[in-house]
Amino acid sequence: MVEEIGTTEEGDLIINVGPQHPATHGVLHLVITLNGETIKKVEPHLGYIHRSIEKMCESLTYRQFIYVTSRMDYLSAHINNHACALCVEKGLDVEIPRRAQVIRVLMDELTRIASHELWWGAMAMDLGAFTPFFHAFRERETINDIMEETCGARLTMNYMVPGGLMADLHPNFQKRVKEFITLYKLKINEYAELVTGNIIFQNRMKGVGYLSAEDAISYGCSGPTARGSGVSCDIRKLYPYEVYDKLEFDEVLETEGDSFARYMVRIGEMNQSIKIIEQLIDNIPDGDFQAKTKVVLKLPKGEFYSRVETARGELGVYIVSEGGTTPYRIKFRSPGFSNLSALDHMARGSKLGDLVAMMGTLDLVIPDIDR
Amino acid sequence: MFIVKYIKEVFNAVKSLFVGLRRTGYYFTHHKEIITQQYPDNRDTLNLPERFKGEVVMPHNENNEHRCTGCTACELACPNGTIKVITKFDIGTDGKKKKAIDKLVYHLELCTMCNLCIIACPSDAIVMAQTFEHSVFDRAELTKILNNPGSKIMEGVE
Repeated sequence: MVEEIGTTEEGDLIINVGPQHPATHGVLHLVITLNGETIKKVEPHLGYIHRSIEKMCESLTYRQFIYVTSRMDYLSAHINNHACALCVEKGLDVEIPRRAQVIRVLMDELTRIASHELWWGAMAMDLGAFTPFFHAFRERETINDIMEETCGARLTMNYMVPGGLMADLHPNFQKRVKEFITLYKLKINEYAELVTGNIIFQNRMKGVGYLSAEDAISYGCSGPTARGSGVSCDIRKLYPYEVYDKLEFDEVLETEGDSFARYMVRIGEMNQSIKIIEQLIDNIPDGDFQAKTKVVLKLPKGEFYSRVETARGELGVYIVSEGGTTPYRIKFRSPGFSNLSALDHMARGSKLGDLVAMMGTLDLVIPDIDR
Repeated sequence: MFIVKYIKEVFNAVKSLFVGLRRTGYYFTHHKEIITQQYPDNRDTLNLPERFKGEVVMPHNENNEHRCTGCTACELACPNGTIKVITKFDIGTDGKKKKAIDKLVYHLELCTMCNLCIIACPSDAIVMAQTFEHSVFDRAELTKILNNPGSKIMEGVE
Protein backbone atom coordinates (compact mmCIF):
# COMPACT_ATOMS: atom_id res chain seq x y z
CA MET A 1 0.00 0.00 0.00
CA VAL A 2 1.52 3.30 -1.03
CA GLU A 3 0.90 6.67 0.47
CA GLU A 4 -2.16 8.25 -1.06
CA ILE A 5 -0.91 11.83 -1.20
CA GLY A 6 2.32 13.71 -1.63
CA THR A 7 5.54 12.42 -3.12
CA THR A 8 7.61 9.28 -2.71
CA GLU A 9 11.21 9.16 -1.48
CA GLU A 10 12.51 9.25 -5.04
CA GLY A 11 10.57 12.43 -5.67
CA ASP A 12 7.76 10.86 -7.72
CA LEU A 13 4.36 12.45 -7.55
CA ILE A 14 1.43 10.44 -6.28
CA ILE A 15 -2.01 11.38 -7.55
CA ASN A 16 -5.44 9.90 -6.98
CA VAL A 17 -7.90 9.26 -9.77
CA GLY A 18 -11.32 8.60 -8.32
CA PRO A 19 -13.30 7.35 -6.47
CA GLN A 20 -15.40 10.15 -7.95
CA HIS A 21 -13.96 10.67 -11.38
CA PRO A 22 -15.93 10.71 -14.63
CA ALA A 23 -13.43 8.54 -16.52
CA THR A 24 -13.51 5.63 -14.09
CA HIS A 25 -17.24 4.95 -14.70
CA GLY A 26 -17.99 4.34 -11.07
CA VAL A 27 -16.21 4.31 -7.78
CA LEU A 28 -12.84 2.98 -8.87
CA HIS A 29 -9.94 4.55 -7.03
CA LEU A 30 -6.57 4.51 -8.77
CA VAL A 31 -3.44 5.63 -6.95
CA ILE A 32 -0.95 6.59 -9.64
CA THR A 33 2.77 7.14 -9.11
CA LEU A 34 4.04 9.60 -11.69
CA ASN A 35 7.51 10.56 -12.83
CA GLY A 36 6.77 13.78 -14.64
CA GLU A 37 3.99 12.64 -16.94
CA THR A 38 5.12 9.04 -17.19
CA ILE A 39 3.26 6.44 -15.20
CA LYS A 40 5.46 4.35 -12.92
CA LYS A 41 2.77 2.44 -11.11
CA VAL A 42 -1.01 2.17 -11.00
CA GLU A 43 -2.60 0.73 -7.91
CA PRO A 44 -6.37 0.18 -7.91
CA HIS A 45 -8.03 0.51 -4.52
CA LEU A 46 -11.29 -1.36 -4.35
CA GLY A 47 -14.09 -1.67 -1.86
CA TYR A 48 -16.13 1.48 -2.40
CA ILE A 49 -19.13 -0.44 -3.74
CA HIS A 50 -18.63 -3.75 -1.95
CA ARG A 51 -22.07 -5.08 -1.04
CA SER A 52 -20.94 -8.60 -0.07
CA ILE A 53 -23.14 -10.21 -2.70
CA GLU A 54 -21.50 -13.61 -2.19
CA LYS A 55 -22.41 -13.64 1.51
CA MET A 56 -25.90 -12.31 0.76
CA CYS A 57 -26.45 -15.19 -1.65
CA GLU A 58 -25.57 -17.70 1.06
CA SER A 59 -28.59 -16.67 3.10
CA LEU A 60 -31.02 -16.85 0.17
CA THR A 61 -32.59 -19.90 -1.41
CA TYR A 62 -31.69 -21.16 -4.87
CA ARG A 63 -34.66 -19.36 -6.40
CA GLN A 64 -34.04 -16.12 -4.56
CA PHE A 65 -30.32 -15.55 -4.97
CA ILE A 66 -30.41 -15.06 -8.73
CA TYR A 67 -31.93 -11.59 -8.59
CA VAL A 68 -28.91 -10.30 -6.62
CA THR A 69 -26.51 -11.27 -9.40
CA SER A 70 -28.21 -8.78 -11.75
CA ARG A 71 -26.59 -6.13 -9.58
CA MET A 72 -23.04 -7.37 -10.16
CA ASP A 73 -22.46 -6.68 -13.81
CA TYR A 74 -25.57 -4.66 -14.41
CA LEU A 75 -24.85 -4.22 -18.13
CA SER A 76 -25.03 -7.96 -18.76
CA ALA A 77 -27.60 -8.80 -16.11
CA HIS A 78 -29.19 -11.50 -18.26
CA ILE A 79 -25.90 -13.34 -18.68
CA ASN A 80 -25.19 -13.24 -14.93
CA ASN A 81 -28.62 -14.71 -14.22
CA HIS A 82 -27.98 -17.27 -16.92
CA ALA A 83 -24.74 -18.44 -15.29
CA CYS A 84 -26.43 -18.89 -11.90
CA ALA A 85 -29.43 -20.67 -13.41
CA LEU A 86 -27.07 -23.01 -15.31
CA CYS A 87 -25.18 -23.84 -12.12
CA VAL A 88 -28.34 -24.63 -10.16
CA GLU A 89 -29.67 -26.71 -13.06
CA LYS A 90 -26.41 -28.65 -13.11
CA GLY A 91 -26.93 -29.47 -9.45
CA LEU A 92 -30.59 -30.37 -9.92
CA ASP A 93 -29.74 -32.36 -13.05
CA VAL A 94 -32.68 -31.04 -15.06
CA GLU A 95 -32.77 -30.64 -18.82
CA ILE A 96 -34.46 -27.39 -19.77
CA PRO A 97 -36.76 -27.29 -22.83
CA ARG A 98 -35.27 -26.32 -26.13
CA ARG A 99 -37.49 -23.28 -26.46
CA ALA A 100 -36.12 -21.91 -23.21
CA GLN A 101 -32.55 -22.58 -24.37
CA VAL A 102 -33.05 -20.67 -27.60
CA ILE A 103 -34.72 -17.74 -25.86
CA ARG A 104 -31.91 -17.62 -23.32
CA VAL A 105 -29.31 -17.40 -26.08
CA LEU A 106 -31.32 -14.71 -27.86
CA MET A 107 -31.53 -12.64 -24.69
CA ASP A 108 -27.83 -13.12 -23.98
CA GLU A 109 -26.85 -11.86 -27.39
CA LEU A 110 -29.20 -8.86 -27.20
CA THR A 111 -27.65 -8.01 -23.84
CA ARG A 112 -24.17 -8.35 -25.30
CA ILE A 113 -25.01 -5.88 -28.06
CA ALA A 114 -26.57 -3.46 -25.56
CA SER A 115 -23.51 -3.69 -23.34
CA HIS A 116 -21.04 -3.16 -26.17
CA GLU A 117 -23.07 -0.22 -27.47
CA LEU A 118 -22.90 1.49 -24.10
CA TRP A 119 -19.19 0.72 -23.94
CA TRP A 120 -18.68 2.21 -27.40
CA GLY A 121 -20.43 5.44 -26.44
CA ALA A 122 -18.65 5.73 -23.11
CA MET A 123 -15.30 4.89 -24.68
CA ALA A 124 -15.64 7.69 -27.22
CA MET A 125 -16.80 10.03 -24.49
CA ASP A 126 -13.71 9.25 -22.42
CA LEU A 127 -11.58 10.32 -25.35
CA GLY A 128 -13.44 13.59 -25.69
CA ALA A 129 -16.12 12.88 -28.30
CA PHE A 130 -19.55 13.48 -26.85
CA THR A 131 -21.82 12.85 -29.86
CA PRO A 132 -21.19 9.07 -30.21
CA PHE A 133 -22.61 8.58 -26.73
CA PHE A 134 -26.05 9.65 -27.94
CA HIS A 135 -25.76 7.62 -31.13
CA ALA A 136 -25.00 4.51 -29.07
CA PHE A 137 -27.86 5.14 -26.67
CA ARG A 138 -30.31 5.47 -29.56
CA GLU A 139 -29.77 1.84 -30.59
CA ARG A 140 -29.42 0.62 -27.02
CA GLU A 141 -32.78 2.16 -26.19
CA THR A 142 -34.41 -0.16 -28.75
CA ILE A 143 -32.99 -3.21 -26.97
CA ASN A 144 -34.06 -1.83 -23.60
CA ASP A 145 -37.59 -1.45 -24.93
CA ILE A 146 -37.58 -5.08 -26.12
CA MET A 147 -36.40 -6.20 -22.67
CA GLU A 148 -39.00 -4.05 -20.96
CA GLU A 149 -41.76 -5.60 -23.01
CA THR A 150 -40.77 -9.22 -22.44
CA CYS A 151 -39.02 -9.22 -19.04
CA GLY A 152 -40.71 -6.25 -17.38
CA ALA A 153 -37.55 -4.33 -16.56
CA ARG A 154 -34.87 -2.49 -18.46
CA LEU A 155 -31.70 -3.39 -16.58
CA THR A 156 -32.25 -5.84 -13.72
CA MET A 157 -34.52 -8.31 -15.45
CA ASN A 158 -34.38 -11.47 -13.30
CA TYR A 159 -35.86 -13.33 -16.29
CA MET A 160 -33.86 -16.56 -16.17
CA VAL A 161 -34.85 -18.80 -13.30
CA PRO A 162 -33.69 -22.34 -12.48
CA GLY A 163 -35.57 -24.60 -14.87
CA GLY A 164 -36.13 -22.14 -17.68
CA LEU A 165 -37.61 -18.69 -17.92
CA MET A 166 -39.87 -16.60 -15.75
CA ALA A 167 -42.42 -15.91 -18.48
CA ASP A 168 -42.94 -16.74 -22.12
CA LEU A 169 -41.92 -14.36 -24.88
CA HIS A 170 -44.12 -11.37 -25.58
CA PRO A 171 -46.05 -11.79 -28.87
CA ASN A 172 -44.33 -8.70 -30.28
CA PHE A 173 -40.82 -9.96 -29.51
CA GLN A 174 -39.89 -11.40 -32.92
CA LYS A 175 -41.26 -8.40 -34.79
CA ARG A 176 -39.40 -5.92 -32.63
CA VAL A 177 -36.10 -7.81 -32.75
CA LYS A 178 -36.32 -7.86 -36.54
CA GLU A 179 -36.93 -4.12 -36.49
CA PHE A 180 -33.88 -3.72 -34.31
CA ILE A 181 -31.72 -5.76 -36.70
CA THR A 182 -32.79 -3.52 -39.59
CA LEU A 183 -32.04 -0.41 -37.56
CA TYR A 184 -28.68 -1.76 -36.42
CA LYS A 185 -27.53 -2.57 -39.96
CA LEU A 186 -28.57 0.90 -41.05
CA LYS A 187 -26.69 2.65 -38.27
CA ILE A 188 -23.54 0.56 -37.79
CA ASN A 189 -21.83 2.46 -40.64
CA GLU A 190 -22.14 5.61 -38.57
CA TYR A 191 -19.98 4.03 -35.91
CA ALA A 192 -17.17 3.58 -38.42
CA GLU A 193 -17.67 7.04 -39.88
CA LEU A 194 -17.76 8.85 -36.56
CA VAL A 195 -15.18 7.04 -34.49
CA THR A 196 -13.37 4.05 -35.98
CA GLY A 197 -12.03 5.85 -39.01
CA ASN A 198 -11.29 9.08 -37.19
CA ILE A 199 -7.60 9.92 -37.26
CA ILE A 200 -7.54 11.49 -33.79
CA PHE A 201 -9.20 8.44 -32.30
CA GLN A 202 -6.84 6.03 -34.08
CA ASN A 203 -3.75 7.91 -32.98
CA ARG A 204 -4.90 7.83 -29.38
CA MET A 205 -5.63 4.09 -29.50
CA LYS A 206 -2.97 2.48 -31.68
CA GLY A 207 0.05 1.24 -29.75
CA VAL A 208 -1.46 2.36 -26.44
CA GLY A 209 -1.79 -0.13 -23.59
CA TYR A 210 0.01 -3.04 -25.16
CA LEU A 211 -0.72 -6.42 -23.59
CA SER A 212 1.05 -9.48 -24.95
CA ALA A 213 -0.69 -12.83 -25.24
CA GLU A 214 1.51 -14.32 -22.50
CA ASP A 215 0.67 -11.49 -20.12
CA ALA A 216 -3.02 -11.72 -20.93
CA ILE A 217 -2.96 -15.39 -19.93
CA SER A 218 -0.85 -14.87 -16.81
CA TYR A 219 -3.06 -12.04 -15.53
CA GLY A 220 -6.14 -14.18 -16.13
CA CYS A 221 -7.71 -11.80 -18.64
CA SER A 222 -10.70 -13.05 -20.54
CA GLY A 223 -13.24 -11.79 -23.01
CA PRO A 224 -12.44 -9.06 -25.52
CA THR A 225 -9.43 -7.94 -23.46
CA ALA A 226 -7.66 -11.26 -24.01
CA ARG A 227 -8.99 -11.76 -27.52
CA GLY A 228 -7.46 -8.42 -28.52
CA SER A 229 -4.11 -10.00 -27.66
CA GLY A 230 -4.83 -13.07 -29.75
CA VAL A 231 -5.78 -15.44 -26.93
CA SER A 232 -8.66 -17.67 -27.93
CA CYS A 233 -10.87 -17.74 -24.84
CA ASP A 234 -14.50 -17.57 -25.98
CA ILE A 235 -16.45 -19.85 -23.62
CA ARG A 236 -19.23 -20.04 -26.20
CA LYS A 237 -16.79 -21.79 -28.55
CA LEU A 238 -14.55 -23.69 -26.12
CA TYR A 239 -17.16 -24.96 -23.64
CA PRO A 240 -20.49 -24.52 -25.45
CA TYR A 241 -23.59 -24.22 -23.31
CA GLU A 242 -27.26 -24.17 -24.38
CA VAL A 243 -27.43 -24.14 -28.19
CA TYR A 244 -24.17 -22.35 -28.97
CA ASP A 245 -22.56 -25.51 -30.42
CA LYS A 246 -25.21 -25.62 -33.17
CA LEU A 247 -24.77 -22.00 -34.20
CA GLU A 248 -22.49 -20.52 -36.82
CA PHE A 249 -20.43 -17.63 -35.57
CA ASP A 250 -16.79 -16.64 -35.44
CA GLU A 251 -14.63 -15.92 -32.47
CA VAL A 252 -13.29 -12.43 -33.16
CA LEU A 253 -9.53 -12.38 -32.67
CA GLU A 254 -7.04 -9.55 -33.12
CA THR A 255 -3.34 -10.05 -32.56
CA GLU A 256 -1.99 -6.51 -32.06
CA GLY A 257 -2.74 -6.44 -28.33
CA ASP A 258 -3.17 -2.67 -28.14
CA SER A 259 -6.24 -0.63 -27.30
CA PHE A 260 -7.35 -0.41 -30.92
CA ALA A 261 -7.30 -4.22 -31.22
CA ARG A 262 -9.57 -4.53 -28.19
CA TYR A 263 -11.82 -1.89 -29.73
CA MET A 264 -12.05 -3.81 -33.00
CA VAL A 265 -12.81 -7.07 -31.17
CA ARG A 266 -15.85 -5.52 -29.51
CA ILE A 267 -17.09 -4.00 -32.76
CA GLY A 268 -16.68 -7.41 -34.40
CA GLU A 269 -18.51 -9.12 -31.56
CA MET A 270 -21.55 -6.93 -32.06
CA ASN A 271 -21.74 -8.08 -35.68
CA GLN A 272 -21.35 -11.73 -34.62
CA SER A 273 -24.15 -11.31 -32.08
CA ILE A 274 -26.41 -9.96 -34.82
CA LYS A 275 -25.48 -13.03 -36.88
CA ILE A 276 -26.50 -15.35 -34.00
CA ILE A 277 -29.78 -13.50 -33.48
CA GLU A 278 -30.59 -13.72 -37.19
CA GLN A 279 -30.08 -17.49 -37.12
CA LEU A 280 -32.35 -17.99 -34.13
CA ILE A 281 -35.09 -15.40 -34.40
CA ASP A 282 -37.14 -17.31 -36.99
CA ASN A 283 -36.38 -20.71 -35.49
CA ILE A 284 -37.70 -20.47 -31.95
CA PRO A 285 -39.12 -23.95 -31.33
CA ASP A 286 -42.56 -24.42 -29.80
CA GLY A 287 -43.02 -26.01 -26.43
CA ASP A 288 -42.73 -25.19 -22.77
CA PHE A 289 -40.62 -22.31 -21.54
CA GLN A 290 -39.96 -23.98 -18.22
CA ALA A 291 -38.99 -27.46 -17.08
CA LYS A 292 -40.93 -28.99 -14.21
CA THR A 293 -39.11 -28.33 -10.96
CA LYS A 294 -40.10 -28.66 -7.32
CA VAL A 295 -41.35 -25.62 -5.43
CA VAL A 296 -38.49 -25.82 -2.91
CA LEU A 297 -35.18 -26.48 -4.64
CA LYS A 298 -32.60 -28.59 -2.83
CA LEU A 299 -29.22 -29.26 -4.37
CA PRO A 300 -27.47 -32.53 -3.51
CA LYS A 301 -24.31 -32.38 -1.44
CA GLY A 302 -21.38 -31.45 -3.63
CA GLU A 303 -19.69 -28.73 -5.66
CA PHE A 304 -21.03 -27.25 -8.88
CA TYR A 305 -19.40 -24.91 -11.33
CA SER A 306 -20.70 -23.24 -14.46
CA ARG A 307 -19.10 -20.72 -16.76
CA VAL A 308 -20.53 -18.39 -19.37
CA GLU A 309 -19.19 -15.67 -21.62
CA THR A 310 -20.48 -12.26 -20.52
CA ALA A 311 -19.89 -9.08 -22.47
CA ARG A 312 -16.69 -8.59 -20.43
CA GLY A 313 -15.29 -12.09 -20.33
CA GLU A 314 -15.62 -15.32 -18.45
CA LEU A 315 -18.02 -15.42 -15.52
CA GLY A 316 -17.77 -18.49 -13.31
CA VAL A 317 -20.29 -19.45 -10.65
CA TYR A 318 -19.14 -21.93 -8.00
CA ILE A 319 -21.65 -23.36 -5.54
CA VAL A 320 -20.85 -25.62 -2.60
CA SER A 321 -23.96 -27.34 -1.36
CA GLU A 322 -24.47 -29.14 1.92
CA GLY A 323 -27.79 -30.56 0.74
CA GLY A 324 -29.97 -27.77 2.10
CA THR A 325 -32.12 -25.11 0.50
CA THR A 326 -29.41 -22.43 0.61
CA PRO A 327 -25.86 -22.62 -0.74
CA TYR A 328 -23.13 -23.29 1.83
CA ARG A 329 -20.64 -21.19 -0.11
CA ILE A 330 -20.98 -19.31 -3.36
CA LYS A 331 -18.20 -17.71 -5.35
CA PHE A 332 -18.29 -15.63 -8.50
CA ARG A 333 -15.29 -15.44 -10.76
CA SER A 334 -15.93 -12.06 -12.32
CA PRO A 335 -14.20 -11.00 -15.52
CA GLY A 336 -13.73 -7.37 -14.52
CA PHE A 337 -11.48 -8.10 -11.55
CA SER A 338 -8.93 -10.06 -13.58
CA ASN A 339 -9.01 -7.59 -16.44
CA LEU A 340 -8.37 -4.71 -14.06
CA SER A 341 -5.31 -6.47 -12.63
CA ALA A 342 -3.63 -6.15 -16.02
CA LEU A 343 -4.02 -2.35 -15.99
CA ASP A 344 -0.86 -1.76 -13.94
CA HIS A 345 1.23 -3.81 -16.37
CA MET A 346 -0.28 -2.08 -19.41
CA ALA A 347 0.08 1.43 -18.06
CA ARG A 348 3.70 1.36 -16.84
CA GLY A 349 5.88 3.58 -18.96
CA SER A 350 3.07 5.28 -20.84
CA LYS A 351 1.73 8.79 -20.39
CA LEU A 352 -1.02 9.79 -18.00
CA GLY A 353 -3.35 10.84 -20.82
CA ASP A 354 -3.29 7.33 -22.27
CA LEU A 355 -4.55 5.79 -19.05
CA VAL A 356 -8.12 6.83 -19.88
CA ALA A 357 -7.93 5.05 -23.23
CA MET A 358 -6.65 1.88 -21.56
CA MET A 359 -9.36 1.91 -18.90
CA GLY A 360 -11.95 2.52 -21.59
CA THR A 361 -10.94 -0.52 -23.61
CA LEU A 362 -10.94 -2.75 -20.52
CA ASP A 363 -14.68 -2.02 -20.26
CA LEU A 364 -14.71 -1.90 -16.48
CA VAL A 365 -17.95 -2.22 -14.55
CA ILE A 366 -17.05 -1.46 -10.95
CA PRO A 367 -19.91 -3.32 -9.19
CA ASP A 368 -18.72 -6.41 -11.07
CA ILE A 369 -15.18 -5.98 -9.74
CA ASP A 370 -16.19 -5.31 -6.14
CA ARG A 371 -19.38 -7.39 -5.89
CA MET B 1 8.58 8.06 -51.82
CA PHE B 2 8.50 9.59 -48.38
CA ILE B 3 6.89 12.88 -49.41
CA VAL B 4 4.05 11.18 -51.32
CA LYS B 5 3.36 8.90 -48.39
CA TYR B 6 3.35 11.84 -46.00
CA ILE B 7 0.93 13.87 -48.12
CA LYS B 8 -1.31 10.84 -48.51
CA GLU B 9 -1.43 10.38 -44.75
CA VAL B 10 -2.31 14.02 -44.16
CA PHE B 11 -5.02 13.87 -46.83
CA ASN B 12 -6.57 10.72 -45.35
CA ALA B 13 -6.47 12.20 -41.86
CA VAL B 14 -8.29 15.37 -42.93
CA LYS B 15 -10.74 13.30 -44.95
CA SER B 16 -11.59 11.12 -41.93
CA LEU B 17 -12.45 14.21 -39.92
CA PHE B 18 -14.79 15.49 -42.63
CA VAL B 19 -16.50 12.09 -42.94
CA GLY B 20 -17.39 12.32 -39.27
CA LEU B 21 -18.45 15.94 -39.52
CA ARG B 22 -20.74 15.11 -42.44
CA ARG B 23 -22.60 12.60 -40.26
CA THR B 24 -22.92 15.19 -37.50
CA GLY B 25 -24.13 17.74 -40.02
CA TYR B 26 -26.72 15.28 -41.33
CA TYR B 27 -28.38 15.02 -37.93
CA PHE B 28 -28.03 18.76 -37.41
CA THR B 29 -30.24 19.36 -40.46
CA HIS B 30 -32.62 16.38 -40.08
CA HIS B 31 -34.75 17.18 -37.07
CA LYS B 32 -37.24 14.38 -37.73
CA GLU B 33 -34.71 11.72 -36.71
CA ILE B 34 -34.51 13.05 -33.16
CA ILE B 35 -35.90 10.44 -30.80
CA THR B 36 -35.75 12.31 -27.50
CA GLN B 37 -38.90 12.01 -25.40
CA GLN B 38 -40.05 15.06 -23.48
CA TYR B 39 -40.73 13.48 -20.11
CA PRO B 40 -42.61 14.62 -17.93
CA ASP B 41 -44.54 16.63 -20.54
CA ASN B 42 -45.55 13.42 -22.34
CA ARG B 43 -47.02 11.76 -19.24
CA ASP B 44 -50.50 11.48 -20.76
CA THR B 45 -49.29 9.61 -23.81
CA LEU B 46 -46.67 7.51 -22.05
CA ASN B 47 -47.54 3.84 -22.40
CA LEU B 48 -45.65 1.28 -20.38
CA PRO B 49 -45.79 -2.38 -21.42
CA GLU B 50 -48.24 -4.51 -19.45
CA ARG B 51 -45.44 -6.64 -18.02
CA PHE B 52 -43.56 -3.67 -16.57
CA LYS B 53 -42.72 -4.29 -12.92
CA GLY B 54 -43.57 -1.09 -11.07
CA GLU B 55 -45.00 -2.12 -7.69
CA VAL B 56 -47.03 -4.94 -6.19
CA VAL B 57 -50.77 -4.31 -5.92
CA MET B 58 -53.74 -6.43 -4.94
CA PRO B 59 -56.70 -6.08 -7.31
CA HIS B 60 -60.18 -5.87 -5.76
CA ASN B 61 -63.46 -6.39 -7.53
CA GLU B 62 -66.50 -4.06 -7.29
CA ASN B 63 -67.73 -5.77 -4.08
CA ASN B 64 -64.42 -4.95 -2.34
CA GLU B 65 -63.31 -8.58 -2.52
CA HIS B 66 -59.77 -9.87 -3.17
CA ARG B 67 -58.35 -13.32 -3.91
CA CYS B 68 -55.77 -13.56 -1.10
CA THR B 69 -56.10 -16.59 1.19
CA GLY B 70 -53.29 -15.63 3.53
CA CYS B 71 -51.11 -18.64 2.67
CA THR B 72 -47.87 -16.56 3.05
CA ALA B 73 -46.34 -18.07 -0.10
CA CYS B 74 -45.35 -14.58 -1.24
CA GLU B 75 -43.77 -13.81 2.13
CA LEU B 76 -41.63 -16.95 1.90
CA ALA B 77 -40.68 -16.31 -1.73
CA CYS B 78 -39.53 -12.74 -1.16
CA PRO B 79 -35.76 -12.38 -0.85
CA ASN B 80 -35.85 -9.04 0.99
CA GLY B 81 -38.62 -9.40 3.53
CA THR B 82 -40.73 -6.94 1.57
CA ILE B 83 -44.08 -8.59 2.25
CA LYS B 84 -45.54 -9.34 5.67
CA VAL B 85 -48.85 -11.18 5.89
CA ILE B 86 -50.81 -10.67 9.11
CA THR B 87 -53.62 -13.20 9.40
CA LYS B 88 -56.74 -13.35 11.56
CA PHE B 89 -59.55 -15.86 12.07
CA ASP B 90 -62.95 -15.01 10.64
CA ILE B 91 -66.08 -16.78 11.71
CA GLY B 92 -67.76 -17.97 8.55
CA THR B 93 -71.47 -18.30 7.77
CA ASP B 94 -71.42 -21.93 8.92
CA GLY B 95 -70.00 -20.95 12.32
CA LYS B 96 -66.54 -22.39 11.64
CA LYS B 97 -63.33 -20.44 12.13
CA LYS B 98 -61.66 -19.56 8.85
CA LYS B 99 -58.17 -18.14 8.26
CA ALA B 100 -58.12 -14.82 6.42
CA ILE B 101 -55.79 -11.89 6.00
CA ASP B 102 -56.01 -8.96 8.34
CA LYS B 103 -53.33 -6.92 6.62
CA LEU B 104 -50.90 -7.56 3.80
CA VAL B 105 -48.10 -5.10 4.50
CA TYR B 106 -45.90 -4.25 1.54
CA HIS B 107 -42.63 -2.32 1.96
CA LEU B 108 -42.07 -0.60 -1.35
CA GLU B 109 -38.78 0.83 -0.10
CA LEU B 110 -37.34 -2.69 0.22
CA CYS B 111 -38.79 -4.11 -3.00
CA THR B 112 -36.45 -4.92 -5.91
CA MET B 113 -39.25 -5.85 -8.36
CA CYS B 114 -37.92 -9.38 -8.88
CA ASN B 115 -41.42 -10.79 -9.56
CA LEU B 116 -40.87 -13.87 -7.37
CA CYS B 117 -43.92 -13.21 -5.16
CA ILE B 118 -46.20 -12.93 -8.20
CA ILE B 119 -45.02 -16.32 -9.46
CA ALA B 120 -45.31 -17.91 -6.02
CA CYS B 121 -48.91 -16.80 -5.44
CA PRO B 122 -51.20 -19.83 -6.00
CA SER B 123 -54.42 -17.82 -6.29
CA ASP B 124 -53.19 -14.86 -8.40
CA ALA B 125 -54.09 -12.43 -5.65
CA ILE B 126 -51.23 -9.98 -6.29
CA VAL B 127 -50.05 -8.50 -9.59
CA MET B 128 -47.48 -5.97 -10.74
CA ALA B 129 -48.74 -2.46 -11.49
CA GLN B 130 -47.20 -0.19 -14.11
CA THR B 131 -46.69 2.84 -11.88
CA PHE B 132 -43.13 4.05 -11.60
CA GLU B 133 -43.09 7.51 -10.00
CA HIS B 134 -42.59 6.37 -6.44
CA SER B 135 -40.88 9.41 -4.91
CA VAL B 136 -42.47 10.70 -1.73
CA PHE B 137 -41.37 13.18 0.93
CA ASP B 138 -41.96 10.88 3.90
CA ARG B 139 -40.46 7.42 4.00
CA ALA B 140 -43.40 6.04 5.96
CA GLU B 141 -45.65 6.53 2.94
CA LEU B 142 -43.77 3.75 1.16
CA THR B 143 -45.06 1.13 3.58
CA LYS B 144 -48.40 0.17 2.11
CA ILE B 145 -51.28 -2.07 3.13
CA LEU B 146 -52.40 -3.81 -0.02
CA ASN B 147 -55.87 -5.00 0.98
CA ASN B 148 -58.57 -2.33 1.18
CA PRO B 149 -60.17 -1.68 4.58
CA GLY B 150 -63.15 -3.94 5.14
CA SER B 151 -62.33 -6.15 2.17
CA LYS B 152 -63.19 -9.84 2.12
CA ILE B 153 -61.98 -12.88 0.26
CA MET B 154 -63.76 -13.67 -2.99
CA GLU B 155 -66.21 -16.57 -3.01
CA GLY B 156 -64.75 -19.80 -4.28
CA VAL B 157 -61.07 -18.94 -3.80
CA GLU B 158 -59.32 -21.56 -1.69
